[in-house]
Amino acid sequence: MKILLSLTFIALILSFFADRKKTVSGIKKGFKMFLGILPMILNLLILVSIFLFLVPQETLIKLLGKGSGITGMLIAAILGSISLIPGFIAFPLASILLKSGVAYGVIAVFITTLMMVGILTLPLESKYFGMKTALMRNGFSFIGAIIIGLLIGWCM
Amino acid sequence: MKKFIQKLGLDEYIITILFGLVLFVSKLTGLSFASKVGSNFWLFFTEMITFLPFMFLLIGIIDVWFPKDKVERHIGQESGIKGIFWVIILAMLQAGPLYGAFPVAYLLWKKGCSIRNIFIYLGAFSTLKIPMLTFEIGFLGLKFSLLRTIFTLPVFILIGYIMDKFLINKRFEVKQPGDIKVG
Repeated sequence: MKILLSLTFIALILSFFADRKKTVSGIKKGFKMFLGILPMILNLLILVSIFLFLVPQETLIKLLGKGSGITGMLIAAILGSISLIPGFIAFPLASILLKSGVAYGVIAVFITTLMMVGILTLPLESKYFGMKTALMRNGFSFIGAIIIGLLIGWCM
Repeated sequence: MKKFIQKLGLDEYIITILFGLVLFVSKLTGLSFASKVGSNFWLFFTEMITFLPFMFLLIGIIDVWFPKDKVERHIGQESGIKGIFWVIILAMLQAGPLYGAFPVAYLLWKKGCSIRNIFIYLGAFSTLKIPMLTFEIGFLGLKFSLLRTIFTLPVFILIGYIMDKFLINKRFEVKQPGDIKVG
């Protein structure tokens, strides 16, 4: 987190000296994005607070923790494939789950399937590429996500 | 009442307001729900609200400085490793959900991008967008983000090659949904 904060300040200062106008428009853009995402973030935090109240931490760790192995990854992969959560929401969610005991590998699978596999957007995707191609891309991405998760679980 | 809330611009915050009310009422009646869920929420909220604005500042600054149009000029002309490189760079500069990448994939196809690079573009777009990486580093740490990037890169490049192999002789084309309706 500290890296990012210092990076933000360095970028801001450099940008300000290079071009004031551009910097102001960048700040405005960032602030607008923040305000746009804020209600979604609040809703997510509410949902997660209730979810973590209803589901005991032991259950969460058992299903998705370090010892959950491939089962945990499959659960994460299926959840990630069927949900439509924007990245700006997904990463805060992932960090809360991580602190609640979910394993890094499981988080990696969830994030990767969330980003690369889209069951709900399959009808749209098939309009661009054809159904067979869309299924193939999603299928390979699903397998790839599991591999990435296994590697990350093994490294972290 | 509904109109009044909309007028104040609070309609997007309706769930938050209701949540606050429920917490307040259950606190008054001494339910354990309130203290447990409330403290969960407060913990997450204070953590997010301290650095989210800074992240968006960084994303805003990155957005105004990166020359998207300069990168776009390279697309379709370069082949081989160079082609892959430019397609990934272009994808990293975008923002938004995966379905926002499909229309861009169509444009790339029109510009003469290969099948392989179209799918590499989709892979990079979904996993390596700079705003997303900023968030990932902030919330999950630099080590996680680096490792995930290193492992993801070969995976979607490989998917690009496999898709190319499967589709190259199959009269594959990328369509714009509008075209389908007209035809």
